[in-house]
Amino acid sequence: MVVFDKPKALADVSMHYCPGCTHGIVHRLVAEVIDELGIEGKTIGVAPVGCSVMAYNYFNCDMIEAAHGRAPAVATGVKRANPSEHIVFTYQGDGDLASIGMAETVHAAARNENITIIFINNAIYGMTGGQMAPTSLPGQVTQTSPYGRDVNHCGYPIRVCEMLSELEGPEYLERVTVNNVKNVNKAKKAIKKAFQNQIDGKGFSLIEVVSTCPTNWGMTPANALKWLDENMLPYYPLGVYKDRSAKEE
Amino acid sequence: MADKVLMKGNEAIAESAIIAGCRHYFGYPITPQTEIAAYMAKRMPKIGGTFLQAESEIAAINMVYGVSSAGYRVMTSSSSPGISLKGEGLSYMAGSDLPALVVNVQRGGPGLGGIQPSQSDYFQATKGGAHGDFKMIVLAPSSVQEMAALTVKGFELADKYRMTAMILADGTMGQMMEPVELDFEVKPSPEKPWATNGTKMQRTHNIVNSLSLVPEELERLNFERFERYAIVERDEVMYEEYLMDDAEICIAAFGIAARVAKNAIVKAREKGIKVGMIRPITLWPFPKAPFKKAAEQVKHIISVELSMGQMIEDVKLASECKVPVTLCNRAGGMIPTPEQVLAHIEDIYSGGAK
Amino acid sequence: MSTKQFLFSGFGGQGILFSGKFLAYKGLTENKQVSWLPSYGPEMRGGTASCSVIVSDEPVGSPIVSNPDILVAMNLPSLDKFEQSVVPGGIIFADSTLIERKVTREDVTVYYIPATKLASDNGYPTLANMIILGKVLKVLGEFNTDDLTAALKKVISAKRADMLDTNLKALTLGADYE
Repeated sequence: MVVFDKPKALADVSMHYCPGCTHGIVHRLVAEVIDELGIEGKTIGVAPVGCSVMAYNYFNCDMIEAAHGRAPAVATGVKRANPSEHIVFTYQGDGDLASIGMAETVHAAARNENITIIFINNAIYGMTGGQMAPTSLPGQVTQTSPYGRDVNHCGYPIRVCEMLSELEGPEYLERVTVNNVKNVNKAKKAIKKAFQNQIDGKGFSLIEVVSTCPTNWGMTPANALKWLDENMLPYYPLGVYKDRSAKEE
Repeated sequence: MADKVLMKGNEAIAESAIIAGCRHYFGYPITPQTEIAAYMAKRMPKIGGTFLQAESEIAAINMVYGVSSAGYRVMTSSSSPGISLKGEGLSYMAGSDLPALVVNVQRGGPGLGGIQPSQSDYFQATKGGAHGDFKMIVLAPSSVQEMAALTVKGFELADKYRMTAMILADGTMGQMMEPVELDFEVKPSPEKPWATNGTKMQRTHNIVNSLSLVPEELERLNFERFERYAIVERDEVMYEEYLMDDAEICIAAFGIAARVAKNAIVKAREKGIKVGMIRPITLWPFPKAPFKKAAEQVKHIISVELSMGQMIEDVKLASECKVPVTLCNRAGGMIPTPEQVLAHIEDIYSGGAK
Repeated sequence: MSTKQFLFSGFGGQGILFSGKFLAYKGLTENKQVSWLPSYGPEMRGGTASCSVIVSDEPVGSPIVSNPDILVAMNLPSLDKFEQSVVPGGIIFADSTLIERKVTREDVTVYYIPATKLASDNGYPTLANMIILGKVLKVLGEFNTDDLTAALKKVISAKRADMLDTNLKALTLGADYE
């Protein structure tokens, strides 16, 4: 008897992610939700440029690789091509979503585009080897902030959920993390709601997942989780930042 | 036969796109092509289509990328500065072998430039226009009727070869009105088994992608793509010859420049100077053969352009430098007059081309 | 006639583009070859607007009219800008309500029509363009009510049929002005 198996929506290939990276957990949560909602056959995912650039190989649904930052615009096109038959999600990192693709993110949210965005915030550019991200913390040492992020020089990190929550447009914004079992379960619930919202035609749902990057943070996976708890979560508080339907009920 | 109606070139493009089965348009306002967006904004909601004003040209081309990935006919339009912004998307579409129609109603540049007509994006359109080895099918209308017909043709070619087709027009072509007939036989969109429109659990997943980290593999994809381009070069060249049978001087011109040149040719012929014209309709693939042939017959070729001389390089290559090729041009939004072209012809003629 | 090149010019808002479009449609309904090319850009917002119209028995080459056979000038800047461009032997129609000076050239025929005043005196304040066009057509021997009605139907939507009659009256007013 199989007691533990891969979700059906997850491809049977080995991923390229580093040991301890939380991308694997989030991929799995997305795939589990796709399975549970029975939507694999109509789901089209849009992968970013960044560490999860090859996410298109890891999901069994149709996948599109977008240019850096443009996933929300690509997703808009796919969704509007056939709104009733396409379930569309993007999977983006912090550099992709909050730096080069900020305009696409904000405007998709403002339009309440009926898509689901999974936003991985690990406060660093992983794929290019650990440069400062728009979400890197004040004082955080990276390859391009070797003396620590100096907010007087390069400004402050962007809290995406808080920022988008000021817009009329978006339906649902929640920040979650995957640093322990309890939070993983919460994250899955949020991701499921974000997909269900799309099925129900409610509109733009973005789940920000506060994540780790042990390799580029220069820590063991366990220490990275501890660092996340002590540094990331105080700056990026977990919770629901917008839930229009709940407010209306 | 359908009734002739007077339409602006921009409107003719928009209506013809709808006739061609395009139901998705994304764009961002920029003069002198905004009528296309305005027309689509009016028409699309009434026929179950989508018009969306994107937040930028970058977003617009990526929305096009999305719709095309899902297998539908889709278009965007802009003018020169906006096309530069779309460059990223054009390269990605080429790398993912996605069909689409992109319209460039050119204005003077570089930079913000002006808003008057220009042909100075010839290099950008025909030589790739963004990073990487790729081509677009570039169609150059010279009347409102051609704006319409080449739009339909553009969608068909784009689908047939999984390429971007670009209508390379200019401000004059976009803004002018002429009688146009819109009774086209449209080849329906072919089956697109590669489209990412949901597996319906009946096939393995499709991936639309331009990333290929193994150089041997990426090289193979490039070679394959260029084999397809070679077929386009062999089969899809379009041009018009005007009074070339006995011509001793040949004018090379496309779009509005060809219209101006025609007036000059008529006047030159009245003076007994045998001038003809080769008007490329496809700028890529470039009509090399007629220029090669002309070089055996004429004494001189004049390239008439609204730029500092861009097509002239292709004319020189095609004519293999067998005869002198000179440039008769205006730039920055100015248009050569028939008198200017005639003076150039007379100058060449008196200088020994007789 | 084989080819006639028209240039209409005036303020933005005087209906310059419309009267040009109407003339092009009139040509189309008579199976002529036609083209219409507007000036465009910021100058359209209250500055000088102009449009080139070519009506011909042969295919139209360049749609740009740089030396018109017929110039319709509806304000002084237009006359200043285009007077010298008219071909020798050409015709200039000037709105004498808004243009106080006379045409200086002696190798062209000139008609002065107080179109703006006629328009306001007769209750068509927005149709000075059509009044002056009526005169143009009369002078060219092309004022035929049936043809004009057919062309007006092309440029005025069925929903605004009352405008058709008003435009026809304005054209007639101009044609009858001596």
